[in-house]
Amino acid sequence: MASRALYSVSVLQHFCMLSDKILHACNTCSVNLSLLPSFNIFFRGNIKHISCPVSSESGDSTECVAEEASLILDEMAHRLQLSTVRFFVFTLSKAFKRLFRSVCVNEEGIQRLQQAVQEHPVVLLPSHRSYMDFLMMSYLLYMYDLPLPVIAAGMDFMSMKFVGEMLRMSGAFFIRRSFGGDKLYWAVFSEYVKTMLRNGYAPIEFFLEGTRSRTCKSLTPKTGLLNIVMEPFFKGELFDVNLVPVSISYERILEESLYARELLGIPKPKESTSGLLKARRVLSEDYGSMYVYFGHPVSVRSLTEGKITRSQYNLLPRCIPQKPSADTHEFLNDAAFRLVRIQEENMVLKPWVLIATLLLQNPDGMDLSSLAEQTDWLRHLALAFGAYLDWPDHEACSEVISCSLALHRHLLSVSAGHVQLSVTDAPQVESTPEEAVFHQAVVVLSCASYRNQILHVFLRPALLAVAMQSANSNRKDDVYNCFNFLRNMFSNEFILCPGDSVQDFEEACYLLMKRGVLQVLEHEIVMSASGHSTLAFLSSVLDPFLQGYQVVSRYLCEETNENLTEKEFIPAVRNFALKLILAGRLKCYEALSSDLQKNALAAFLRLKAVRKVKVGDQVTLKVNKIAVNSLEDTLGKSDVTSHQNSWCSSMAMFEIAI
Amino acid sequence: MNTENDPFFQTKTFSHGIISLNSFALNKPALISYCCFIRQAMPCSHYTPFSHSKKYIAEQDRAGGRFNKELTYSRSLSLRQEIMKWNGWGYSDSRFLFNKKGQAEFTGKRYRLSGLILPSLKDWFEGTFGANLQHRSPATPSLNLSAVAPPNLNQPFVEDLKAAGLTVSHDPEDRVFRAHGHCLHEVFALREGRIGRVPDTVVWPSCHSDVEKIVELACEHNVCLIPYGGGTSVSSALECPREESRSIVSLDTSQMSRILWIDEKNLTAHVEAGIIGQDLERQLNERGFCTGHEPDSMEFSSLGGWVATRASGMKKNIYGNIEDLVVHIKMVTPRGVIEKSCLGPRMSTGPDIHHFILGSEGTLGVVTEVTLKIRPIPEYQKYGSVVFPNFQQGVACLREVARQRCAPASIRLMDNEQFQFGEFCFFLILLSFFCFDPQHLCVATLLFEGDRGKVLQHEKQVYDIAAKFGGLAAGEDNGQRGYMLTFVIAYLRDLGMDYYVIGESFETSVPWDRVLDLCRNVKERIVRECKERGVQFPPLSTSRVTQTYDAGACVYFYFAFNYRGLSDPVHVYEQVEHAAREEILANGGSLSHHHGVGKLRKEWMKESVSGVGLGMLKSVKEYVDPQNIFGNRNLL
Repeated sequence: MASRALYSVSVLQHFCMLSDKILHACNTCSVNLSLLPSFNIFFRGNIKHISCPVSSESGDSTECVAEEASLILDEMAHRLQLSTVRFFVFTLSKAFKRLFRSVCVNEEGIQRLQQAVQEHPVVLLPSHRSYMDFLMMSYLLYMYDLPLPVIAAGMDFMSMKFVGEMLRMSGAFFIRRSFGGDKLYWAVFSEYVKTMLRNGYAPIEFFLEGTRSRTCKSLTPKTGLLNIVMEPFFKGELFDVNLVPVSISYERILEESLYARELLGIPKPKESTSGLLKARRVLSEDYGSMYVYFGHPVSVRSLTEGKITRSQYNLLPRCIPQKPSADTHEFLNDAAFRLVRIQEENMVLKPWVLIATLLLQNPDGMDLSSLAEQTDWLRHLALAFGAYLDWPDHEACSEVISCSLALHRHLLSVSAGHVQLSVTDAPQVESTPEEAVFHQAVVVLSCASYRNQILHVFLRPALLAVAMQSANSNRKDDVYNCFNFLRNMFSNEFILCPGDSVQDFEEACYLLMKRGVLQVLEHEIVMSASGHSTLAFLSSVLDPFLQGYQVVSRYLCEETNENLTEKEFIPAVRNFALKLILAGRLKCYEALSSDLQKNALAAFLRLKAVRKVKVGDQVTLKVNKIAVNSLEDTLGKSDVTSHQNSWCSSMAMFEIAI
Repeated sequence: MNTENDPFFQTKTFSHGIISLNSFALNKPALISYCCFIRQAMPCSHYTPFSHSKKYIAEQDRAGGRFNKELTYSRSLSLRQEIMKWNGWGYSDSRFLFNKKGQAEFTGKRYRLSGLILPSLKDWFEGTFGANLQHRSPATPSLNLSAVAPPNLNQPFVEDLKAAGLTVSHDPEDRVFRAHGHCLHEVFALREGRIGRVPDTVVWPSCHSDVEKIVELACEHNVCLIPYGGGTSVSSALECPREESRSIVSLDTSQMSRILWIDEKNLTAHVEAGIIGQDLERQLNERGFCTGHEPDSMEFSSLGGWVATRASGMKKNIYGNIEDLVVHIKMVTPRGVIEKSCLGPRMSTGPDIHHFILGSEGTLGVVTEVTLKIRPIPEYQKYGSVVFPNFQQGVACLREVARQRCAPASIRLMDNEQFQFGEFCFFLILLSFFCFDPQHLCVATLLFEGDRGKVLQHEKQVYDIAAKFGGLAAGEDNGQRGYMLTFVIAYLRDLGMDYYVIGESFETSVPWDRVLDLCRNVKERIVRECKERGVQFPPLSTSRVTQTYDAGACVYFYFAFNYRGLSDPVHVYEQVEHAAREEILANGGSLSHHHGVGKLRKEWMKESVSGVGLGMLKSVKEYVDPQNIFGNRNLL
């Protein structure tokens, strides 16, 4: 843990230093910035060369295509300007100062980054939990005299009046959210990124997860951009590319309740300047500390060693965009998962994360004393599992807890030494029971977003714990089969590197054995006498997900509409879950989360229990009820409360499915 | 320096009254620059003006006076190996050494550099490699005959050979001399006195029918034949396969070195394949012709070897590579003799059977006679050089020259590290005036040939292109020196090996758009691999573009490092070279442009030519040589 020491950089201190810093930074930044305006012009010169292959395919004239490409470029290109950056730094340092108590950065990570920037082109891969992420990244890099990154941002930002342009001038370039079919767009975009990388104009920054995670769980990574930044290496245009995973975590997330509402189906307001202005309210609140951890640079060259035959790129001119081969695709996917896992591992966790985990498991609330006791127990468990926990030294546990509770008081009610998750800031009379449920769900989902931050620590042991329960056998093979089934079921939900099943299983066994929870023999896994509480805790970590997936599968089985469209799916499941909750048959509010519902559907699609059929413009879902039923039964077996069912048939089905 | 008694400067008279090729090169500036060079390379006190010898200078050769001496050993069996090193490159009397004053000098009288003191070499050597003259790693002085295993003789075969009147030897020195090429590991082992498997017998055929007899007997007695030409292989091609249990016979073609006829009407010459490059060129020059095929090894390599490895010559832009030069090849195989029935310039008769022979690396048979295209000696020859602000600009210029198809006979581009080695110091003052950064400079050397008017016009065209890429013309003498260095650089390796420095060169060919990336990546890979493998000093890792083609270029790498502190330097070297080759292939380079595959690069053959391609070659081998008589196990 010592090696990952963080240096707390007080914002205030930063602010005082700002005027000197700017002078200094100007000198260093302007050197690489002076290249940038010329870059777009230079790149424009290449347009013809990009549009040629496209035009010969589409049959349009080259000039026509080149013009179109030029328009795409106008829409996309960044216009990094030092003056704008300075303006941003000025306002941001004010904003940050109001928002956060401190911003902590690992300075040895900054030093490593400084080193990496000198060696090879750098790609920054921050985690994405908040709008603050890329603002903070640019701010920090500016403050540490590092070259400012150019950032791949979603097109929706661009539609924000004025701010879009400001972002553009501080180094953002905009990409459409989907451009699968548009070859020209893809060509211009990938060439744009690659040219910046090749010429070393600036580090490229993008989010592997593609979008902000609304749940604070890492999202399944996207490989498109990763392929683009690796391609110059594959094609020999660069000796190496350094990928720097950056983990950004927040003690309290700015968008906390916004995300929860969004997950519950209150649509995300379109990015707009007025929206941002309204968000000023957030400035008056305390968001605790923010942590930025710059990971070790990962060399693409060493990552690909033995996995990619670069000579496959020898036979096409390098300017022709090439779809990644199956091998490459598999490699990219694997690399992306590994990078996200590095992000996860370096994510700094606060005590509140532990408290939230416990409070979610005890919906009826806890006494402060038992909360303190259990938090302390959990803290040791988390540390043993390798969590990167920022627990204040020399402070009593109860002190730490009361601090955390104070920061998150809007999610809690504390009375007479009893803590409970509840709605506090909206005491108005509930008009309908549905609304009451939604209000409570907002609190639960907000709280879950903190628990989710630590899930990656407990995930593998928890899967094992659940597998042991449902296997109903001590035989290692049986437990492994269950483990593998669950792992496969949840691979859209959590970051589980494809193909790492055996490793994950062994890791889980090792961790639990080390804790004295299990004894792993040659063919058997036996729970030790003292292990019960740990296993019970671990399986209830996964409980909301098991229940949620069951709700989805029950819905799919009971749904009679033959023409269920993909669009209708989420609202329909939400209604279904809501009814169950109102009827008192379901206590798990997380089943209302659209994220969970989407992931469950994706899993069913992957396991071929549901199939998409395109009818006209609509995509409808065809449910194989037998298969879904059997999956539900299997999940039900894992769920302690449910009845036993035919495990075997489901396993057989699962075998077919994979 | 006494030029009077120097055989180097002796005037040659030619029976046909044709002045040697070199005198065409004589023009006033060239001479002056040559004198400048001498003056530069020598301490002032030793400088004696030798205006009277201008004429002689004109007589001696154009690229460093390297084959001024009449070598008449060709009729005698042993002379060649007597005048050559047994454990290093080239002639025994020619070597670099650091004299008592710590100054480098080049001994002997054969080369232009011979007898000269090179004061800056020591600094370059110590600076580049971190080497120290105090730390020596001398070679074993002479061959320890007891280290050579006794020959594994196939007695009936030997008797039949003798009965057929062929010269045969089992002498350990003869056998060791023909057991290796010039790969680093081969020479390093010899210097340490380690002798591996060597041929058991050496046989010297003197004509095509002798070879037929030998091959026939070899098939009859099932012995392994390894053809030996000039012994300059750098692909482990001459190494005796360890797994070979039969008696190994080295078939030395050196006695088959006659020009059988010259056809002036068709401009072809029919030559025995054992002839050594410089002999062939000199003898043709005497008749007013040349082949124009000048690989860097031409002092020692043979015509048969060129054919067997698909050799490439420095002046291929005018004369073509070996495959463009041959009109007819005769090869003796275990199945019989393969040759075409006519001397037509091109045939559409299925795949060209010459292409099974070219590059077969001694696996199919012995090339005995070759009909080559010849050309009249060009009227005029002129060197040149251009300095570029950086390597990128230089490559861009070469690409443009190739695009306009106006490449001179030779055009080569050295990178900055080689430029620094080349001691072009006196320009630095000039160049810093033009704001060139000496840390990025690179130089292209040029050689123009043809009739005078056209050469001058051509020269202007090339210099005009160069100017567009920021190139500054830098004089003829520097160009000439660049070419001269090529011939002595192999000697330099032996000097390095005396002081814990080992190195080698390797080559590839690559499309134009990848040249820069390939050079950068391979050089960086070498540096990185050296570091990872515990090399204590930064290596020398440099590249040059040596040939231009329409669609790409030939790139050469020189790689050397100081191996003090390493327990197995050759292994480290091999690992780094292996990694460098992997990098070349990953960057779109070829397995080899002209060195060949041998045993050193065999592992990549399948990847290079596809499984089917390799299968085709194997089935040819299977048909031609089912008993694997030509069992050097190269290529396949």
